[in-house]
Amino acid sequence: MTWIVRNLWLIPALPMLAAGISALLPQRSRRPAAGLAISSMGISFLLALCAFANALHTPGHQFFNFNWLQFGDQSLQLGWLLDPLTAVMLVMVTFVGLLIFIYSTGYMEHDENFTRFFCFLGLFAGGMLGVVIANSLLLLFMCWEIVGLTSYLLIGFWYQTPSAAAAAKKAFITTRIGDLGFLIGMVWLYAQTHTLLFYNNGGGSLEQMGIVSIVGQTAIPGISVLAAIGILIFCGAAGKSGQVPLHVWLPDAMEGPTPVSALIHAATMVAAGVFLMARVYPLINYRVIEDYIGIGTPPAVYTPLQVVTWVGAITALFGATVAVAQWDIKRILAYSTVSQLGYMMLGLGVGGPAVGMFHLITHAFFKALLFLGAGSVIHGCSGEQDIRRMGGLRKYMPITFATYGIGMLALSGFPLVVSGFWSKDAILHAAHNWSVSQAPFYMATLGALLTAFYMTRQVCYVFFGSLRLPSHGPVSHDEPHSEDTRHHGAGHPHESPAVMTAPLAILAFFAITLGFLGTPAWPWFQSFLEGRAIEPTTHEPGLAAVMVTSSIIALLGIALGWLLYGRRPVTTCDAIDVLDRAQPQTFRFLHNAYYIDALYAATFIRLTRWLAHLSNFFDRFIFNGVVQLVSFGVLALAWLDSFFDNYIVNFGFDTGWRSISLSGRALAALQNGRAQAYLRYIGLALVALVIFLLWGVAR
Amino acid sequence: MTLTFLIIAFLIVAGTAAAMGFRNPIHCVLALTVSFAGIAALYLELGAQFVGFTQIMVYVGAVAILAVFAIMMTHRPGDPETRIFSRNAFVGVFTAAAVFAVIGWAILKQPATSAATQPASVSVQQIGASLMHDYVLPLEIVGLLLTAALIGAVVIAMDRKEDNAK
Amino acid sequence: MTPLQACLLLSALLFAIGLAGALTRRNAILVLIGIELMLNAANINFIAFWHYGPQPSQTTGIMFAIFSIGVAAAEAAVGLAIILAAYRHSRTTDLDKMNSLKG
Repeated sequence: MTWIVRNLWLIPALPMLAAGISALLPQRSRRPAAGLAISSMGISFLLALCAFANALHTPGHQFFNFNWLQFGDQSLQLGWLLDPLTAVMLVMVTFVGLLIFIYSTGYMEHDENFTRFFCFLGLFAGGMLGVVIANSLLLLFMCWEIVGLTSYLLIGFWYQTPSAAAAAKKAFITTRIGDLGFLIGMVWLYAQTHTLLFYNNGGGSLEQMGIVSIVGQTAIPGISVLAAIGILIFCGAAGKSGQVPLHVWLPDAMEGPTPVSALIHAATMVAAGVFLMARVYPLINYRVIEDYIGIGTPPAVYTPLQVVTWVGAITALFGATVAVAQWDIKRILAYSTVSQLGYMMLGLGVGGPAVGMFHLITHAFFKALLFLGAGSVIHGCSGEQDIRRMGGLRKYMPITFATYGIGMLALSGFPLVVSGFWSKDAILHAAHNWSVSQAPFYMATLGALLTAFYMTRQVCYVFFGSLRLPSHGPVSHDEPHSEDTRHHGAGHPHESPAVMTAPLAILAFFAITLGFLGTPAWPWFQSFLEGRAIEPTTHEPGLAAVMVTSSIIALLGIALGWLLYGRRPVTTCDAIDVLDRAQPQTFRFLHNAYYIDALYAATFIRLTRWLAHLSNFFDRFIFNGVVQLVSFGVLALAWLDSFFDNYIVNFGFDTGWRSISLSGRALAALQNGRAQAYLRYIGLALVALVIFLLWGVAR
Repeated sequence: MTLTFLIIAFLIVAGTAAAMGFRNPIHCVLALTVSFAGIAALYLELGAQFVGFTQIMVYVGAVAILAVFAIMMTHRPGDPETRIFSRNAFVGVFTAAAVFAVIGWAILKQPATSAATQPASVSVQQIGASLMHDYVLPLEIVGLLLTAALIGAVVIAMDRKEDNAK
Repeated sequence: MTPLQACLLLSALLFAIGLAGALTRRNAILVLIGIELMLNAANINFIAFWHYGPQPSQTTGIMFAIFSIGVAAAEAAVGLAIILAAYRHSRTTDLDKMNSLKG
């Protein structure tokens, strides 16, 4: 086993170590904290490159397992894994993370909790990298939970704001609901295969022996055990990746600082769900099972992939429709993320991990770019986040505008040039070829149209037209707490410092170039991930049709957006949106995200509150009553004891001493000082003695 | 159970009862003297002549006289008439009766042995010899005792006039 | 009843009467006289046993009686002296009144 595989654990351990040390540093030591985080991330990036190089020429899954807990002769094993999937994720996470760390030093410069921020960032990076390298579902789950925790900590970073604290709670609880399904699936898998390791020389749960032991069992009529486990694990992925119906936390998570939104809620953490499905793909992919057991498998096994695909498709369309009607610059991007995550799941479902992961990687770069760019805009506008109050910023923030434009084109899928086009095209192509139904293809296509449309809308609102920034400083209610409102004066926005724009440029570069790794003409990415050579397929007729369709859709969307928003740019803050004027009710409906939050509040949250009241009632009256009853019992016992002590024991003692006293007094009365009385006693004693002595003799 | 014995016994008992029963203490002492004389007669009848004469000399001649002296020294003619018997006299009588009953019972339970009624005769010379040879130690001790009693009685009964005058 | 038993009964009666007087009379001197009578009764016992015993030639009984008489005389003297002293102190010979040592 090579050096890098054995020491793969260093990659997550170094950021965690940096986080641990930062936790002990005082708040004023900013440079050490930032330095520790960035340097540990840098070293991890270099190690990730080594791992990537190793995975390039070593096919298959290299792993390193060790015993963690021993009970009797059974033992629980953990381990890490290096395979192509791990390698690409490692490089992506460490690289994007490094860039965002550098960006944060500029963004969070005026925040007083700078050190705490970097501590949490380091912890998050460690957890996320742990998820990536884990060879055991248990280790993955543990790091999954760490990531969830740090997401909570970072969303609620400005915890004094009630909305931020509520958003953090919402994120944690919603992902927890998904994690419950994940946990049940994990335990069930362990019960079936008696191992949680993924790959273990044939003994892992994803390998032949493991899967064969599960196949053929039916949990309930219609769903086999394998399908059930797959769907349960997908629950966890759905929670973390913001699929409908567990998406509600993602838009509210924008309460956190923008680097957090970029790192966690765009590039890495939300992608962890997609990564999880890619990791356990052998469990849910019927073709793999057919390979293993060589017989026709019942259709029930198809179920997890179908569930993944349909949920992804619905999410993609949902996110895109809602993003059209948002005003907050980050919320648009948040719903866009929801939509793109749906795309990734869809791609995973119809085309396999290669398709989904390709979009995940490209999305990480251009979504991070977009979020960082939004952060730069917010920073430049001194905390303003409402796009109605921005405008014409391309004159004041050219670099931001340029990079943001590239990101927007990448997200829209502008033909041929940008990475987003190639990855989205791969998804559409796989959806088109899906044997079960064509509906996801149409949903994805419609979503792509809407994506291009709303991104153009956003860019027109923010960067084109005239400056609508209020001169008295921002008063938007979405303003984060510690944004540098006091540092920059109100009035003209300005370009961000180099420490913030340099990562933007780097990310923009990758947003363009990464796509070329996965074109149909040169499918390097797909072949690397799947471990087999895929021939370039440039002459498939369906392929060309799909490519042309997606190009037309993207251009159409951009054109529509320009038509509605770019030609007659908005001039005032209070101008009503074009769509709002046309269809006010639909607009309102979309703006409130189909009122799903309200629905949840009216049903689940009300139910939970009612259960809480019930529990309170139970606790107060029944448990409390029992406790009081017990305490009464104790009191009664104490009273009984005191009664006993007072009347019986004391009575006994009193009688005792009284009788002794009485007898003493009686005896004292004998001594009356008169000698004759004493003589009488002696006489009587003499009589008694004589009788005693002579009684036996006389007989 | 000869006649002389019975007469002597009657004398003794009557004298004793009278000694314990009279009101006037002088009368009691006189009865006591009669009783002592009776006892001396009994001694003589039993052949212990020396003891009998000693009894008369000591008891009748000294103890009774001494008692009379004491009575005369402690008896004021003007003293109010008091009861002669103490409180709860019955208890005392009962005790004495019980003692007599027990001792009598013990005596009568003895198996009647035919004792030798050979009169014994011990001469004074024999008494003197045994006193000097066998019982010399008790003799000396009794001498010491008598000395101490003499001195002690004098000291106790001495009239401390010189202490009271100061 | 043998003569010995008669003598012994006599002495017992004497003893009992002396005891009765010692226990019941109020005058201290009469109590002392009662005690003297008890001693005399014991002396009668000695002489009776000496006379009716197995060895009348031995002088043991006589010795005992002599010493008893001597001791009794000494004791009577001392006792009467004490009574005189007590009479001087408390101006009475009534035993019922001499109870200051009661418990």
